Amino acid sequence: MTELLQQVINGLSLGAIYALIALGYTMVYGVLRFINFAHSDVFMLGAFTAFYSSRAMGRWGFASGGFLGGLLVLVISMAACAAVGILIERLAYRPLRKRSTLTVLITAIGVSLLLQNGGQMVFGVNPKAFPNIFPSQTFKLGGLVINSNQLVVLGVALALLTALHWIVQRTRIGTAMRAVSFNATAASLVGIDTNRIISFTFGLGSALAGAGGVLYGMNYPSIEPLMGNSPGLKAFIAAVLGGIGSLPGAALGGMVLGFVETGVSGTRWSTYRDAVAFAILIGILLFRPAGLLGRNRIEKV
Amino acid sequence: MPSWLNRSQLVLVAALLAAGLAQFFSNHLDSYVLSVAMGVGINIVLASSLNLINGFTGQFSLGHAGFMAVGAYTSAVLTGKLAAQLNPIFGGHIYLLFPFALVVGGLVAAVAGGLVGAPSLRLKGDYLAIVTLGFGEIIKVIFQNVEFVGGAKGLNAIPDYSNLFWVFGTTAITVYTVWALLNSTYGRGFLAVADDEISAEAMGLNTTRYKMVAFVVGAFFAGIAGGLFAHLNNSINPSGFDFNKSIEIVVMVILGGMGRHTGVILSAILLTVLTELLRQFGDYRMVIYSLLLIVLMILRPQGLMVWPFKNPLWFYLKAYWPFRMLARRPTS
Repeated sequence: MTELLQQVINGLSLGAIYALIALGYTMVYGVLRFINFAHSDVFMLGAFTAFYSSRAMGRWGFASGGFLGGLLVLVISMAACAAVGILIERLAYRPLRKRSTLTVLITAIGVSLLLQNGGQMVFGVNPKAFPNIFPSQTFKLGGLVINSNQLVVLGVALALLTALHWIVQRTRIGTAMRAVSFNATAASLVGIDTNRIISFTFGLGSALAGAGGVLYGMNYPSIEPLMGNSPGLKAFIAAVLGGIGSLPGAALGGMVLGFVETGVSGTRWSTYRDAVAFAILIGILLFRPAGLLGRNRIEKV
Repeated sequence: MPSWLNRSQLVLVAALLAAGLAQFFSNHLDSYVLSVAMGVGINIVLASSLNLINGFTGQFSLGHAGFMAVGAYTSAVLTGKLAAQLNPIFGGHIYLLFPFALVVGGLVAAVAGGLVGAPSLRLKGDYLAIVTLGFGEIIKVIFQNVEFVGGAKGLNAIPDYSNLFWVFGTTAITVYTVWALLNSTYGRGFLAVADDEISAEAMGLNTTRYKMVAFVVGAFFAGIAGGLFAHLNNSINPSGFDFNKSIEIVVMVILGGMGRHTGVILSAILLTVLTELLRQFGDYRMVIYSLLLIVLMILRPQGLMVWPFKNPLWFYLKAYWPFRMLARRPTS
C-alpha cells in the first residue's frame, strides 16, 4: 500500500513535468499544425539556464538555495527559453510558413539536432550535477518518502497550469490565440496579427518547457545536452494521448503517462519503459487518433 | 544487344561485372581506401532504399536504422552462432553462407518493415515520422535486452565477409531495383501517392498497398545493407543503430533531392567521403548536418544535387545514353 502511494506521488510529479512540456507541443500544433521537434531541446536549455544562472547568482553573493532565489532562477529560465523559442520561430519556421508539412518537419528536426549538438559543444558532453535551487528536505510519513522538491514541482506546475488557463481563456491575446488556432485566415481577416500571435504562442510554450526543464532538473539532478530526448518524446506522446491541440488533454495525457511510466519502472520490465510509452502512442494513433479529449477533424479535399 | 536484355539491365550486368573486377584487383588497394569505398556502397544502398519511401512515395520514415539493425543482427547470427549448423546445408560451399545470410537478413527486415508499416502507414506526415522513430527505438531497446545477441554490448568477432564484390553488387542491384520499380507501369503509383494521395485514391490506386510495398522493399534493402555493415565492421551494438543513424540516412536523401535517383547516390558518396575527411572534427559533424538541414529546407528544398545541373557540358552529355538514364525523373 505504501509502495503504491509512493508510486502515485512519484507519478504525479513526473506527470506534472510531462504535462508542462506537452502543453507547448499542443499549443504550437494548435496554431501552426506541425510538431515542433525542437521543443524538447528548449526544455534542455531551461535546465541549463537554471544551472548557470544559479551558479552566477551564487557568485554575486545572492543565495540561490532560498525560496525566493529559486523562484528567481525559475523565472530567468522561463524568460530565456521564451526568447529562444521566439527566435527559433522567427529564424527557422517563419520563412517556411507557406511550404509543405514535410519541409517544416525536416527543419524542426534540424533545429532539434542543432540545439542538441550545439549544446554538446557549448556545455560539454558530460552530465552536470543540478544544484539545489529550492531548499530541499525529505519528509517521512510512515513508510512514505516525500522530497520537498516533489511538492515544489507539483505546486509550480499547478500554478503555471492555472496561469496558462487564465491567459488562454480570459485575456485578449489568449482569445486571439484561440481564434488563430480555430481558423488562421479568418483571424487575420478580423485584424489579428497572426505572426505576432504565433510568436507569442512559441514564447509561451517555450517558457513552460523551460519551467519543465528546471523542475526535471530538481527531480533528476543530473543534466546533459541530450536530456531532452526522452522526456520530449514522452511529452509528445502525452500531447497525442490527450488529443493534440487540446490544452486540458495535454495536462491529462501528461499525468497519465507519468503514472504509467512510474508504474512500469516499479516492475521487472523497467528496461522496457520507453517501449511501453511508444506502444501507447501507436495504440492511441490507431484506435483513437483524435486522442482522449480531442475532436475529430474531417479532411476536406 | 540481345533482345531479352534492355539497356538498364545491361547497365546492371555491367555494374555487377565491374564489382567483380574491382574485387579481383582489390589486393592492390589500401585497406583504408577499401573500407571507405565499402562504406560508400553501403550508404548508397541505405539512401536509395530510404529514397523509395521518403522520396518517391512521399512518406516520411525516421526508422531506417532500425531495419538496418534487424538485418545486421540476423545475418551476424547466421554467420556466427549458427554457422556450424548451417554449413552442412551448403555442402561445404562455405562462400554461399554470406549471401544466404544477407538475403535472410533482408527478408527478416522486410517482415519487420511490414509489421511496422501495417499499423503506422495509416498515419501521415509528422505522425508517421514520430511513429517510425518510435519503432526504431523499440527495435533498439529489444536488441539491448536480448542476451542471445549480446545485449547492450552487441555482437563481436563477426567474420569480415564483406568485400567489394558483395557491397557493390548489392549497390547495383538496389539502385537497379528501385529504378526499375519506379519506371514500371506499377511503379508510377508510388509517384502518384507522393504527389496527391487523395487523387491517387480517386483514380483507383490502392494507396495503402503502395505505401506498404515501398516500406517493405525499403526495409529489405536496409536489412541487406545492415548485413554488409556488420560484416564490414566486425562488431555491432544496438546504440550504433539509433536515431542519429536514421538521421544520417535522411540527410543523404534530402541533400541529394528527395525522389531523385542520381542526386541521392551522389550525396551518399559525398557525405560518406566528407565524414571520413572530417573525422578529426567528428564533434562538429552533427552540427554541420543539422545546419545543412535547416538551410537546405529554407533555401533549396529540392536538394543540392538535382539533375540537371545548369551546366552546358551536362546539357550536352545528357542527350546521350547512358547519361539519359540518369537525367530522367519519371513523371507521373
